[in-house]
Amino acid sequence: MCLAVPGEIVDVVEGDLRTGRVSFGGVTKQVCLAYVPEAGPGDYVLVHAGFAIAQVSEAHARETIEELSRLEGEGA
Amino acid sequence: MKYVDEYRGNDAAHALARAIARATTRSWCIMEVCGGQTHAIARFGLEELLPPEVTLLHGPGCPVCVTPAETLDDAIALAARPEVVLCTYGDMLRVPGSIGDLRTAKATGGDVRVVYSAMDALALARGLPDRQVVFLAVGFETTAPGHALAVYQARREGLSNFSLLVAHVLVPPAIAAILQDEERRVDGFLAAGHVCTIMGTAEYEPIARRYRVPIVVTGFEPVDILQGVYRCVRQLEGGRAEVENAYARVVRDGGNVRARAMVQEVFAVTERRWRGIGAIAASGLGLAPAYREFDASVRFGLPQAPRASVEIDGGCLSGLVLVGKIKPTACPAFGTRCTPDRPLGATMVSTEGACAAYYRYRRSS
Repeated sequence: MCLAVPGEIVDVVEGDLRTGRVSFGGVTKQVCLAYVPEAGPGDYVLVHAGFAIAQVSEAHARETIEELSRLEGEGA
Repeated sequence: MKYVDEYRGNDAAHALARAIARATTRSWCIMEVCGGQTHAIARFGLEELLPPEVTLLHGPGCPVCVTPAETLDDAIALAARPEVVLCTYGDMLRVPGSIGDLRTAKATGGDVRVVYSAMDALALARGLPDRQVVFLAVGFETTAPGHALAVYQARREGLSNFSLLVAHVLVPPAIAAILQDEERRVDGFLAAGHVCTIMGTAEYEPIARRYRVPIVVTGFEPVDILQGVYRCVRQLEGGRAEVENAYARVVRDGGNVRARAMVQEVFAVTERRWRGIGAIAASGLGLAPAYREFDASVRFGLPQAPRASVEIDGGCLSGLVLVGKIKPTACPAFGTRCTPDRPLGATMVSTEGACAAYYRYRRSS
């Protein structure tokens, strides 16, 4: 139910409601972008039931990956 | 980075599993309260990777499962009205009401339509001015901002043929209700990442302090979930009970401020009955007084008082599954008299219900 999928914003239409196309590995869908006012083309957003609910932070994503790499190095 | 494959890697999952095993010295029960996480745990067999001391319990994290039968009864009654187009997410179609479900309502002539988004229901209302479009609004905090925006927009556009049948539920009151049970087995929680994407983490601080439980905000990919378990075990072993964010790539401490503001504008906190659990005070959302005209139960004069709905029983123990007292496989009806094709309880209906997830992926274990 709360499934949300990260996708890349392709374009933005600044209308009455901010909308745009988001690409999920090549499949594009029309998505409401009203809740991610800062996000633009090229940014990744998390989409749930037709609404982008968060912009994905690349810096934080990298931190997690680095933490995982450290763990992979320990006691393997 | 695509933010999916990076969190499904075999090496990372096994490294985390080894780290969890190294950190664990005692028995711990950790509960997730999110159907998406329950589904991923079963699908990827994550429990098989954990040391025997760590047990994962699956809480009431599937809104489809906890929607009471009387809400389905209301939806079925509305669908039978000739002027109504009843819109819903696909996984609500097979949830049993007291008598029948929305699939049978559709088969007997009701105009029941599956939509992907509340905005699709709003578009239907614009295109069908002579019909009444009712959207069955179920979900947790993740889904509420979309539903709120649809109502807000309907009012701006003066659409008088759009309304919501609301059965929204909130996660923190359910966690608190589980913790108030003195016979509880739960030592720590994984908080649902996407709920926190909207709401932030502040609501969990008083719960962690009061009940002395660690609460780790956790994502949905297998590596995310193992990382949530790892951080929870480390807190438990270290005697800590803190709110920790293991899903920082999308969860900010304050949540999504705009989305929260829209939810506050359109909805108000209310008591809600949870299927299999019962009524929990201040555990749901209903339309705020200013938006009452968009409440389908008001518009169509549905009964307002709580009703004793006829729960399909037949030995179904989904209520005990939902609060983490038993695992799905401990129910005598599991996989025999109760299957996804013929569910006795809602935890077997939705693909995110614990029983359905176990049936699909773990029957052999």
